[in-house]
Amino acid sequence: MSVELRDVTYTYSPGTAYEMHALEHVSVEIPNGQFVGVIGHTGSGKSTMVQHFNGLIRPTSGNVFYNGEDIWQEGYNLRELRSHVGLVFQYPEHQLFETDVITDVCFGPKNQGLSPEECRERAREALKHVGLDERFYEKSPFELSGGQKRRVAIAGVLAMNPSFLILDEPTAGLDPKGRDEILDQLALLHETRGISVMLVSHSMEDIARYVERIIVMNKGHVAFDDTPKKVFSHYKELEQMGLAAPQMTYIMHALKERGMDVDVTATTVEEAKASVLKALNHM
Amino acid sequence: MIRDITIGQYYPADSVLHRLDPRVKFVGTLAYIVSLFLFQSWGYILGTLFLVCMIVLSKVPFKFMVKGLKSIVILLMITLVFNMLFTPGEAVLTIWKLHITKEGLILAGRMGIRLIFLIIGASIMTLTTTPNQLTDGLETLLGPLKKIHVPVHEIAMVMSIALRFIPILLDETDKIMKAQMARGADFESGNLMQKVKNMVPLLVPLFISAFRRANDLALAMEARCYHGEEGRTQMKPLVYKMRDYIAYGILAVYFGTSILGVIFGF
Repeated sequence: MSVELRDVTYTYSPGTAYEMHALEHVSVEIPNGQFVGVIGHTGSGKSTMVQHFNGLIRPTSGNVFYNGEDIWQEGYNLRELRSHVGLVFQYPEHQLFETDVITDVCFGPKNQGLSPEECRERAREALKHVGLDERFYEKSPFELSGGQKRRVAIAGVLAMNPSFLILDEPTAGLDPKGRDEILDQLALLHETRGISVMLVSHSMEDIARYVERIIVMNKGHVAFDDTPKKVFSHYKELEQMGLAAPQMTYIMHALKERGMDVDVTATTVEEAKASVLKALNHM
Repeated sequence: MIRDITIGQYYPADSVLHRLDPRVKFVGTLAYIVSLFLFQSWGYILGTLFLVCMIVLSKVPFKFMVKGLKSIVILLMITLVFNMLFTPGEAVLTIWKLHITKEGLILAGRMGIRLIFLIIGASIMTLTTTPNQLTDGLETLLGPLKKIHVPVHEIAMVMSIALRFIPILLDETDKIMKAQMARGADFESGNLMQKVKNMVPLLVPLFISAFRRANDLALAMEARCYHGEEGRTQMKPLVYKMRDYIAYGILAVYFGTSILGVIFGF
Protein backbone atom coordinates (compact mmCIF):
# COMPACT_ATOMS: atom_id res chain seq x y z
CA MET A 1 0.00 0.00 0.00
CA SER A 2 1.61 3.22 -1.09
CA VAL A 3 1.17 6.30 -3.18
CA GLU A 4 3.88 7.44 -5.47
CA LEU A 5 4.64 10.30 -7.85
CA ARG A 6 7.29 9.37 -10.37
CA ASP A 7 9.08 12.14 -12.25
CA VAL A 8 5.95 14.32 -12.25
CA THR A 9 5.96 17.66 -14.06
CA TYR A 10 2.92 19.92 -14.09
CA THR A 11 2.56 23.06 -16.17
CA TYR A 12 -0.28 25.55 -15.79
CA SER A 13 -1.73 26.96 -19.04
CA PRO A 14 0.92 25.43 -21.31
CA GLY A 15 1.65 27.33 -24.49
CA THR A 16 0.22 30.67 -23.34
CA ALA A 17 1.51 33.87 -21.82
CA TYR A 18 0.47 32.54 -18.42
CA GLU A 19 2.52 29.36 -18.70
CA MET A 20 3.98 28.34 -15.35
CA HIS A 21 5.81 25.23 -14.23
CA ALA A 22 4.26 24.38 -10.89
CA LEU A 23 6.11 21.09 -10.52
CA GLU A 24 9.29 19.93 -12.19
CA HIS A 25 10.44 16.29 -12.08
CA VAL A 26 9.02 15.54 -8.65
CA SER A 27 9.39 11.98 -7.36
CA VAL A 28 7.92 11.13 -3.97
CA GLU A 29 6.76 7.89 -2.41
CA ILE A 30 4.56 7.69 0.66
CA PRO A 31 4.43 4.21 2.25
CA ASN A 32 1.39 3.12 4.22
CA GLY A 33 0.90 4.45 7.72
CA GLN A 34 3.34 7.34 7.54
CA PHE A 35 2.72 10.79 9.03
CA VAL A 36 4.29 13.18 6.54
CA GLY A 37 4.60 16.93 6.48
CA VAL A 38 4.89 18.95 3.29
CA ILE A 39 6.37 22.39 3.72
CA GLY A 40 6.97 25.12 1.23
CA HIS A 41 6.64 28.81 0.62
CA THR A 42 3.49 30.18 -1.08
CA GLY A 43 3.71 29.17 -4.73
CA SER A 44 6.27 26.41 -4.16
CA GLY A 45 3.96 23.83 -5.73
CA LYS A 46 2.84 22.01 -2.60
CA SER A 47 -0.90 22.38 -3.24
CA THR A 48 -0.40 21.35 -6.87
CA MET A 49 1.55 18.32 -5.75
CA VAL A 50 -1.08 17.00 -3.33
CA GLN A 51 -3.81 17.26 -5.95
CA HIS A 52 -1.92 14.69 -7.99
CA PHE A 53 -2.28 12.02 -5.33
CA ASN A 54 -6.02 11.52 -5.85
CA GLY A 55 -6.08 12.25 -9.55
CA LEU A 56 -7.68 15.69 -9.44
CA ILE A 57 -5.07 17.00 -11.80
CA ARG A 58 -3.31 15.06 -14.45
CA PRO A 59 0.47 15.45 -14.64
CA THR A 60 1.79 17.09 -17.81
CA SER A 61 4.42 14.36 -17.78
CA GLY A 62 5.33 11.57 -15.38
CA ASN A 63 3.23 8.96 -13.58
CA VAL A 64 1.15 8.63 -10.43
CA PHE A 65 0.84 5.22 -8.79
CA TYR A 66 -1.56 3.97 -6.15
CA ASN A 67 -0.63 0.53 -4.83
CA GLY A 68 1.64 0.08 -7.81
CA GLU A 69 -1.08 0.83 -10.36
CA ASP A 70 -0.84 3.78 -12.71
CA ILE A 71 -3.94 5.87 -11.96
CA TRP A 72 -3.97 7.43 -15.43
CA GLN A 73 -4.05 4.17 -17.33
CA GLU A 74 -7.10 3.44 -19.46
CA GLY A 75 -10.15 2.39 -17.44
CA TYR A 76 -8.78 3.15 -13.96
CA ASN A 77 -11.57 4.04 -11.54
CA LEU A 78 -10.67 7.53 -10.31
CA ARG A 79 -13.80 7.90 -8.20
CA GLU A 80 -12.86 4.83 -6.24
CA LEU A 81 -9.31 6.11 -5.85
CA ARG A 82 -10.71 9.29 -4.34
CA SER A 83 -12.44 7.33 -1.62
CA HIS A 84 -9.11 5.73 -0.68
CA VAL A 85 -7.08 8.92 -0.91
CA GLY A 86 -8.99 11.66 0.92
CA LEU A 87 -8.03 15.26 0.23
CA VAL A 88 -9.08 18.15 2.44
CA PHE A 89 -8.59 21.42 0.61
CA GLN A 90 -7.51 24.76 1.98
CA TYR A 91 -10.41 26.49 3.75
CA PRO A 92 -12.57 23.38 3.36
CA GLU A 93 -15.46 25.09 5.15
CA HIS A 94 -16.12 26.89 1.85
CA GLN A 95 -17.38 23.63 0.34
CA LEU A 96 -20.21 23.03 2.83
CA PHE A 97 -23.62 23.15 1.20
CA GLU A 98 -26.19 21.01 3.00
CA THR A 99 -28.94 22.16 5.35
CA ASP A 100 -27.51 20.41 8.38
CA VAL A 101 -24.13 19.21 9.54
CA ILE A 102 -24.77 15.47 9.48
CA THR A 103 -26.23 15.47 5.95
CA ASP A 104 -23.23 17.39 4.71
CA VAL A 105 -20.84 14.85 6.19
CA CYS A 106 -22.97 12.10 4.60
CA PHE A 107 -22.27 13.49 1.12
CA GLY A 108 -19.02 11.54 0.69
CA PRO A 109 -20.29 8.14 1.92
CA LYS A 110 -23.48 8.62 -0.11
CA ASN A 111 -21.37 9.04 -3.25
CA GLN A 112 -19.62 5.81 -2.35
CA GLY A 113 -22.99 4.11 -2.65
CA LEU A 114 -23.63 3.30 1.01
CA SER A 115 -27.13 2.99 2.47
CA PRO A 116 -28.54 5.98 4.39
CA GLU A 117 -28.08 4.17 7.74
CA GLU A 118 -24.46 3.33 6.98
CA CYS A 119 -23.88 6.93 5.87
CA ARG A 120 -25.18 8.32 9.13
CA GLU A 121 -23.15 5.77 11.06
CA ARG A 122 -19.99 6.83 9.23
CA ALA A 123 -20.83 10.51 9.62
CA ARG A 124 -21.32 10.20 13.38
CA GLU A 125 -18.07 8.35 13.72
CA ALA A 126 -16.18 10.95 11.66
CA LEU A 127 -17.70 13.85 13.57
CA LYS A 128 -16.70 12.18 16.82
CA HIS A 129 -13.16 11.86 15.49
CA VAL A 130 -12.86 15.57 14.79
CA GLY A 131 -14.28 16.33 18.23
CA LEU A 132 -17.51 18.08 17.30
CA ASP A 133 -20.17 18.00 19.97
CA GLU A 134 -23.33 16.05 19.21
CA ARG A 135 -25.64 19.01 19.77
CA PHE A 136 -24.34 20.57 16.53
CA TYR A 137 -25.23 17.61 14.30
CA GLU A 138 -28.68 18.87 13.32
CA LYS A 139 -27.68 22.51 13.00
CA SER A 140 -27.04 24.33 9.75
CA PRO A 141 -23.31 24.32 9.01
CA PHE A 142 -23.53 28.04 8.32
CA GLU A 143 -24.47 28.81 11.92
CA LEU A 144 -21.23 27.35 13.24
CA SER A 145 -18.00 29.17 14.04
CA GLY A 146 -15.01 29.01 11.68
CA GLY A 147 -13.24 26.29 13.64
CA GLN A 148 -16.38 24.17 13.91
CA LYS A 149 -17.06 24.50 10.19
CA ARG A 150 -13.51 23.38 9.52
CA ARG A 151 -14.10 20.27 11.65
CA VAL A 152 -17.31 19.47 9.78
CA ALA A 153 -15.49 19.77 6.46
CA ILE A 154 -12.64 17.54 7.61
CA ALA A 155 -15.20 15.02 8.89
CA GLY A 156 -16.81 15.13 5.44
CA VAL A 157 -13.66 13.60 3.98
CA LEU A 158 -12.97 11.32 6.96
CA ALA A 159 -16.43 9.78 6.65
CA MET A 160 -15.31 8.19 3.39
CA ASN A 161 -12.86 6.08 5.43
CA PRO A 162 -9.79 6.92 3.38
CA SER A 163 -6.62 4.94 4.01
CA PHE A 164 -4.56 7.97 3.06
CA LEU A 165 -5.58 11.42 4.24
CA ILE A 166 -4.11 14.63 2.84
CA LEU A 167 -4.84 17.98 4.45
CA ASP A 168 -3.86 21.21 2.72
CA GLU A 169 -3.21 23.85 5.39
CA PRO A 170 -5.85 22.49 7.77
CA THR A 171 -5.03 25.10 10.41
CA ALA A 172 -4.87 28.25 8.26
CA GLY A 173 -6.79 31.07 9.89
CA LEU A 174 -7.51 29.22 13.13
CA ASP A 175 -6.57 30.45 16.58
CA PRO A 176 -3.75 28.58 18.43
CA LYS A 177 -6.21 26.55 20.49
CA GLY A 178 -8.25 25.44 17.48
CA ARG A 179 -5.05 24.68 15.62
CA ASP A 180 -3.66 22.45 18.39
CA GLU A 181 -6.96 20.66 18.82
CA ILE A 182 -7.27 19.80 15.15
CA LEU A 183 -3.65 18.69 14.87
CA ASP A 184 -3.92 16.59 18.04
CA GLN A 185 -7.03 14.90 16.71
CA LEU A 186 -5.28 14.15 13.42
CA ALA A 187 -2.35 12.62 15.29
CA LEU A 188 -4.79 10.51 17.31
CA LEU A 189 -6.51 9.42 14.13
CA HIS A 190 -3.19 8.42 12.64
CA GLU A 191 -2.47 6.28 15.71
CA THR A 192 -5.87 4.69 16.20
CA ARG A 193 -6.86 4.05 12.59
CA GLY A 194 -3.37 3.54 11.26
CA ILE A 195 -4.00 5.66 8.17
CA SER A 196 -1.30 7.66 6.44
CA VAL A 197 -1.63 11.38 6.98
CA MET A 198 -0.04 14.10 4.91
CA LEU A 199 -0.05 17.56 6.38
CA VAL A 200 0.65 20.54 4.12
CA SER A 201 1.73 23.71 5.86
CA HIS A 202 4.11 26.60 5.70
CA SER A 203 4.71 26.60 9.42
CA MET A 204 7.51 24.38 10.71
CA GLU A 205 6.35 24.74 14.31
CA ASP A 206 2.99 23.16 13.46
CA ILE A 207 4.48 20.23 11.72
CA ALA A 208 7.65 19.50 13.70
CA ARG A 209 5.77 18.11 16.67
CA TYR A 210 3.75 15.54 14.77
CA VAL A 211 5.35 14.24 11.63
CA GLU A 212 8.02 11.60 11.12
CA ARG A 213 9.09 12.85 7.72
CA ILE A 214 9.21 16.28 6.10
CA ILE A 215 9.16 17.05 2.40
CA VAL A 216 10.34 20.57 1.67
CA MET A 217 9.13 22.04 -1.62
CA ASN A 218 10.85 24.95 -3.29
CA LYS A 219 10.07 26.40 -6.73
CA GLY A 220 8.41 23.20 -7.93
CA HIS A 221 11.20 20.92 -6.78
CA VAL A 222 11.64 18.69 -3.76
CA ALA A 223 14.38 20.48 -1.83
CA PHE A 224 14.63 18.12 1.15
CA ASP A 225 12.92 14.86 2.01
CA ASP A 226 14.02 13.47 5.36
CA THR A 227 13.28 13.17 9.06
CA PRO A 228 12.45 16.50 10.75
CA LYS A 229 15.73 16.64 12.67
CA LYS A 230 17.81 16.19 9.52
CA VAL A 231 15.72 18.69 7.59
CA PHE A 232 16.02 21.30 10.32
CA SER A 233 19.80 20.92 10.36
CA HIS A 234 19.65 22.72 6.99
CA TYR A 235 18.12 25.71 8.71
CA LYS A 236 20.27 28.18 6.79
CA GLU A 237 19.12 26.83 3.42
CA LEU A 238 15.54 26.78 4.67
CA GLU A 239 15.82 30.47 5.43
CA GLN A 240 16.95 31.19 1.91
CA MET A 241 13.75 29.55 0.70
CA GLY A 242 11.72 31.90 2.83
CA LEU A 243 11.05 29.23 5.45
CA ALA A 244 12.30 28.91 8.99
CA ALA A 245 13.25 26.07 11.28
CA PRO A 246 11.49 25.88 14.67
CA GLN A 247 12.68 28.52 17.14
CA MET A 248 14.32 25.84 19.30
CA THR A 249 16.69 24.96 16.45
CA TYR A 250 18.00 28.52 16.44
CA ILE A 251 18.36 28.67 20.21
CA MET A 252 20.21 25.35 20.36
CA HIS A 253 22.56 26.36 17.55
CA ALA A 254 23.26 29.68 19.28
CA LEU A 255 24.00 27.88 22.57
CA LYS A 256 26.30 25.46 20.78
CA GLU A 257 28.21 28.36 19.23
CA ARG A 258 28.70 29.87 22.67
CA GLY A 259 30.38 26.63 23.74
CA MET A 260 27.55 24.79 25.43
CA ASP A 261 27.40 21.08 24.67
CA VAL A 262 23.72 20.78 23.69
CA ASP A 263 21.87 18.63 21.19
CA VAL A 264 21.24 20.89 18.20
CA THR A 265 18.59 18.56 16.77
CA ALA A 266 16.13 19.30 19.60
CA THR A 267 12.99 20.82 18.08
CA THR A 268 10.45 20.97 20.89
CA VAL A 269 10.69 22.89 24.14
CA GLU A 270 10.74 19.64 26.16
CA GLU A 271 13.63 18.16 24.21
CA ALA A 272 15.54 21.42 24.42
CA LYS A 273 14.94 21.67 28.15
CA ALA A 274 16.24 18.16 28.74
CA SER A 275 19.28 18.77 26.61
CA VAL A 276 20.13 22.10 28.26
CA LEU A 277 19.75 20.64 31.76
CA LYS A 278 21.98 17.74 30.81
CA ALA A 279 24.62 20.08 29.44
CA LEU A 280 24.46 22.24 32.58
CA ASN A 281 24.95 19.22 34.79
CA HIS A 282 28.09 18.30 32.89
CA MET A 283 29.58 21.75 33.29
CA MET B 1 -12.59 23.30 -19.62
CA ILE B 2 -13.89 26.13 -17.54
CA ARG B 3 -11.18 28.52 -18.65
CA ASP B 4 -12.30 28.40 -22.27
CA ILE B 5 -14.41 31.53 -21.92
CA THR B 6 -12.33 34.32 -23.40
CA ILE B 7 -14.74 37.22 -22.89
CA GLY B 8 -13.23 39.47 -20.26
CA GLN B 9 -9.88 37.69 -20.35
CA TYR B 10 -6.98 39.96 -21.04
CA TYR B 11 -3.98 38.60 -22.91
CA PRO B 12 -0.86 40.58 -22.10
CA ALA B 13 1.33 41.44 -25.10
CA ASP B 14 3.16 44.43 -26.47
CA SER B 15 1.27 45.53 -29.57
CA VAL B 16 -0.19 48.65 -31.17
CA LEU B 17 -3.67 47.45 -30.34
CA HIS B 18 -2.75 47.02 -26.68
CA ARG B 19 -1.45 50.57 -26.53
CA LEU B 20 -4.45 52.18 -28.22
CA ASP B 21 -6.84 54.25 -26.15
CA PRO B 22 -9.73 52.04 -25.01
CA ARG B 23 -12.22 54.55 -26.42
CA VAL B 24 -10.78 54.03 -29.90
CA LYS B 25 -11.05 50.28 -29.53
CA PHE B 26 -14.59 50.57 -28.27
CA VAL B 27 -15.73 52.79 -31.11
CA GLY B 28 -13.77 50.63 -33.54
CA THR B 29 -15.43 47.41 -32.38
CA LEU B 30 -18.83 49.03 -32.58
CA ALA B 31 -18.13 50.37 -36.08
CA TYR B 32 -16.87 46.96 -37.14
CA ILE B 33 -19.96 45.17 -35.84
CA VAL B 34 -22.26 47.67 -37.58
CA SER B 35 -20.27 47.28 -40.80
CA LEU B 36 -20.78 43.51 -40.67
CA PHE B 37 -24.51 44.09 -40.88
CA LEU B 38 -24.17 46.68 -43.65
CA PHE B 39 -22.22 44.50 -46.07
CA GLN B 40 -24.23 42.59 -48.64
CA SER B 41 -21.78 40.41 -50.56
CA TRP B 42 -18.34 41.53 -51.72
CA GLY B 43 -18.00 43.81 -48.72
CA TYR B 44 -17.21 40.77 -46.62
CA ILE B 45 -13.82 40.59 -48.30
CA LEU B 46 -13.07 44.02 -46.86
CA GLY B 47 -14.41 42.90 -43.47
CA THR B 48 -12.24 39.79 -43.54
CA LEU B 49 -9.15 41.78 -44.53
CA PHE B 50 -9.77 44.24 -41.73
CA LEU B 51 -10.21 41.45 -39.20
CA VAL B 52 -7.07 39.61 -40.36
CA CYS B 53 -5.07 42.86 -40.05
CA MET B 54 -6.35 43.33 -36.50
CA ILE B 55 -5.55 39.72 -35.55
CA VAL B 56 -2.01 40.12 -36.84
CA LEU B 57 -1.58 43.52 -35.20
CA SER B 58 -2.85 42.30 -31.83
CA LYS B 59 -0.03 39.73 -31.44
CA VAL B 60 -2.51 37.51 -29.59
CA PRO B 61 -2.32 33.84 -30.64
CA PHE B 62 -5.25 33.07 -32.92
CA LYS B 63 -6.37 30.08 -30.85
CA PHE B 64 -7.39 32.41 -28.02
CA MET B 65 -9.93 34.06 -30.29
CA VAL B 66 -11.23 30.74 -31.51
CA LYS B 67 -11.81 29.68 -27.92
CA GLY B 68 -14.43 32.41 -27.61
CA LEU B 69 -16.29 30.85 -30.53
CA LYS B 70 -16.85 27.59 -28.68
CA SER B 71 -19.46 29.23 -26.50
CA ILE B 72 -21.62 30.21 -29.48
CA VAL B 73 -21.45 26.95 -31.41
CA ILE B 74 -25.02 26.02 -30.44
CA LEU B 75 -26.37 29.48 -31.21
CA LEU B 76 -24.58 29.34 -34.54
CA MET B 77 -26.07 25.93 -35.37
CA ILE B 78 -29.60 27.05 -34.56
CA THR B 79 -29.18 30.21 -36.62
CA LEU B 80 -27.83 28.33 -39.59
CA VAL B 81 -30.51 25.62 -39.54
CA PHE B 82 -33.40 28.04 -39.11
CA ASN B 83 -32.17 30.32 -41.85
CA MET B 84 -31.64 27.45 -44.22
CA LEU B 85 -35.05 25.89 -43.63
CA PHE B 86 -37.39 28.78 -43.09
CA THR B 87 -36.39 31.26 -45.75
CA PRO B 88 -38.93 31.24 -48.56
CA GLY B 89 -37.55 30.99 -52.06
CA GLU B 90 -36.30 28.60 -54.68
CA ALA B 91 -35.91 25.10 -53.22
CA VAL B 92 -32.59 23.38 -53.76
CA LEU B 93 -33.19 20.31 -51.68
CA THR B 94 -36.41 18.95 -50.20
CA ILE B 95 -36.45 16.47 -47.35
CA TRP B 96 -39.97 15.42 -46.32
CA LYS B 97 -41.77 18.75 -45.75
CA LEU B 98 -38.66 20.84 -45.28
CA HIS B 99 -37.22 22.90 -48.11
CA ILE B 100 -33.68 24.13 -48.15
CA THR B 101 -33.80 27.20 -50.36
CA LYS B 102 -31.10 29.00 -52.26
CA GLU B 103 -31.99 32.26 -50.54
CA GLY B 104 -31.87 30.43 -47.23
CA LEU B 105 -28.37 29.13 -47.89
CA ILE B 106 -27.12 32.60 -48.78
CA LEU B 107 -28.76 34.10 -45.72
CA ALA B 108 -27.39 31.35 -43.47
CA GLY B 109 -23.89 31.87 -44.83
CA ARG B 110 -24.16 35.59 -44.24
CA MET B 111 -25.46 35.15 -40.69
CA GLY B 112 -22.75 32.61 -39.92
CA ILE B 113 -20.00 34.95 -41.10
CA ARG B 114 -21.56 37.84 -39.19
CA LEU B 115 -21.75 35.91 -35.93
CA ILE B 116 -18.24 34.47 -36.16
CA PHE B 117 -16.66 37.79 -37.12
CA LEU B 118 -18.65 39.57 -34.43
CA ILE B 119 -17.37 37.29 -31.69
CA ILE B 120 -13.79 37.37 -32.95
CA GLY B 121 -13.93 41.17 -33.27
CA ALA B 122 -15.27 41.59 -29.76
CA SER B 123 -12.71 39.07 -28.46
CA ILE B 124 -9.88 41.12 -29.97
CA MET B 125 -11.06 44.12 -27.98
CA THR B 126 -11.33 42.24 -24.68
CA LEU B 127 -8.07 40.38 -25.27
CA THR B 128 -6.09 43.56 -25.86
CA THR B 129 -7.75 45.77 -23.25
CA THR B 130 -7.69 45.25 -19.51
CA PRO B 131 -11.15 45.28 -17.93
CA ASN B 132 -10.23 48.45 -16.07
CA GLN B 133 -9.28 50.29 -19.25
CA LEU B 134 -12.43 49.05 -20.88
CA THR B 135 -14.74 50.45 -18.25
CA ASP B 136 -12.72 53.67 -18.03
CA GLY B 137 -13.20 54.09 -21.75
CA LEU B 138 -16.88 53.32 -21.51
CA GLU B 139 -17.34 55.79 -18.69
CA THR B 140 -15.80 58.67 -20.64
CA LEU B 141 -17.58 57.70 -23.85
CA LEU B 142 -20.94 57.64 -22.13
CA GLY B 143 -20.12 60.81 -20.15
CA PRO B 144 -22.58 63.02 -22.04
CA LEU B 145 -25.45 60.81 -20.87
CA LYS B 146 -24.94 62.16 -17.34
CA LYS B 147 -26.80 65.27 -18.49
CA ILE B 148 -29.97 63.22 -18.73
CA HIS B 149 -29.29 61.63 -15.31
CA VAL B 150 -28.00 58.29 -16.47
CA PRO B 151 -25.79 56.94 -13.63
CA VAL B 152 -22.82 56.42 -15.94
CA HIS B 153 -20.22 56.20 -13.21
CA GLU B 154 -22.22 53.65 -11.26
CA ILE B 155 -22.81 51.54 -14.36
CA ALA B 156 -19.09 51.60 -15.15
CA MET B 157 -18.24 50.67 -11.57
CA VAL B 158 -20.70 47.77 -11.58
CA MET B 159 -19.25 46.60 -14.88
CA SER B 160 -15.64 46.78 -13.78
CA ILE B 161 -16.43 44.91 -10.58
CA ALA B 162 -18.33 42.26 -12.52
CA LEU B 163 -15.47 41.82 -14.99
CA ARG B 164 -12.95 41.79 -12.20
CA PHE B 165 -14.80 38.96 -10.51
CA ILE B 166 -15.13 36.66 -13.51
CA PRO B 167 -11.67 35.10 -13.17
CA ILE B 168 -11.99 34.96 -9.38
CA LEU B 169 -15.30 33.14 -9.55
CA LEU B 170 -13.95 30.80 -12.23
CA ASP B 171 -11.06 29.89 -9.96
CA GLU B 172 -13.47 29.45 -7.10
CA THR B 173 -15.70 27.19 -9.20
CA ASP B 174 -12.70 25.12 -10.15
CA LYS B 175 -11.65 24.81 -6.51
CA ILE B 176 -15.09 23.87 -5.17
CA MET B 177 -15.58 21.43 -8.02
CA LYS B 178 -12.33 19.70 -7.14
CA ALA B 179 -13.17 19.70 -3.45
CA GLN B 180 -16.51 18.02 -4.12
CA MET B 181 -14.92 15.61 -6.58
CA ALA B 182 -12.52 14.66 -3.79
CA ARG B 183 -15.66 13.71 -1.85
CA GLY B 184 -16.83 11.53 -4.69
CA ALA B 185 -19.12 14.01 -6.46
CA ASP B 186 -19.80 13.28 -10.11
CA PHE B 187 -20.42 16.20 -12.43
CA GLU B 188 -20.32 14.34 -15.72
CA SER B 189 -22.57 11.29 -15.87
CA GLY B 190 -26.33 10.94 -15.42
CA ASN B 191 -29.29 12.37 -17.28
CA LEU B 192 -30.23 16.04 -17.33
CA MET B 193 -32.22 15.99 -14.07
CA GLN B 194 -29.43 14.19 -12.24
CA LYS B 195 -26.86 16.58 -13.65
CA VAL B 196 -28.84 19.56 -12.40
CA LYS B 197 -29.16 17.90 -8.99
CA ASN B 198 -25.44 17.17 -8.93
CA MET B 199 -24.77 20.87 -9.39
CA VAL B 200 -26.19 21.74 -5.97
CA PRO B 201 -22.95 20.94 -4.08
CA LEU B 202 -21.20 23.29 -6.49
CA LEU B 203 -23.72 26.12 -6.72
CA VAL B 204 -24.53 26.58 -3.02
CA PRO B 205 -20.91 27.14 -1.95
CA LEU B 206 -20.32 29.28 -5.03
CA PHE B 207 -23.22 31.61 -4.22
CA ILE B 208 -22.21 31.83 -0.59
CA SER B 209 -18.68 32.72 -1.59
CA ALA B 210 -19.91 35.32 -4.10
CA PHE B 211 -22.02 36.99 -1.42
CA ARG B 212 -19.14 36.87 1.05
CA ARG B 213 -16.84 38.49 -1.47
CA ALA B 214 -19.41 41.14 -2.33
CA ASN B 215 -19.80 41.92 1.34
CA ASP B 216 -16.04 42.19 1.89
CA LEU B 217 -15.64 44.40 -1.16
CA ALA B 218 -18.44 46.74 -0.07
CA LEU B 219 -16.85 47.04 3.34
CA ALA B 220 -13.41 47.72 1.87
CA MET B 221 -14.86 50.40 -0.42
CA GLU B 222 -16.69 52.09 2.43
CA ALA B 223 -13.57 51.96 4.57
CA ARG B 224 -11.84 53.96 1.84
CA CYS B 225 -14.63 56.53 1.81
CA TYR B 226 -16.05 55.59 -1.56
CA HIS B 227 -19.27 57.52 -2.07
CA GLY B 228 -19.90 57.43 -5.77
CA GLU B 229 -18.67 59.76 -8.43
CA GLU B 230 -18.82 63.14 -6.76
CA GLY B 231 -15.41 64.80 -6.50
CA ARG B 232 -13.64 61.72 -7.81
CA THR B 233 -10.60 62.12 -10.06
CA GLN B 234 -8.65 59.49 -11.92
CA MET B 235 -5.09 58.43 -11.38
CA LYS B 236 -4.57 57.83 -15.08
CA PRO B 237 -7.04 59.99 -17.02
CA LEU B 238 -7.49 58.94 -20.65
CA VAL B 239 -5.71 61.22 -23.11
CA TYR B 240 -5.70 60.75 -26.89
CA LYS B 241 -2.28 60.43 -28.50
CA MET B 242 -1.16 60.65 -32.12
CA ARG B 243 -1.71 56.92 -32.76
CA ASP B 244 -5.28 57.22 -31.53
CA TYR B 245 -6.06 59.95 -34.06
CA ILE B 246 -4.49 57.85 -36.82
CA ALA B 247 -6.59 54.86 -35.73
CA TYR B 248 -9.72 57.02 -35.82
CA GLY B 249 -8.75 58.05 -39.36
CA ILE B 250 -8.41 54.44 -40.49
CA LEU B 251 -11.72 53.59 -38.85
CA ALA B 252 -13.44 56.49 -40.57
CA VAL B 253 -12.18 55.31 -43.97
CA TYR B 254 -13.26 51.72 -43.23
CA PHE B 255 -16.68 52.74 -41.97
CA GLY B 256 -17.17 55.17 -44.83
CA THR B 257 -16.46 52.38 -47.29
CA SER B 258 -18.97 50.09 -45.66
CA ILE B 259 -21.63 52.83 -45.82
CA LEU B 260 -20.86 53.21 -49.50
CA GLY B 261 -21.45 49.49 -49.62
CA VAL B 262 -25.06 50.01 -48.59
CA ILE B 263 -25.54 52.68 -51.23
CA PHE B 264 -23.94 50.71 -54.05
CA GLY B 265 -25.07 47.33 -52.79
CA PHE B 266 -21.82 45.39 -52.33
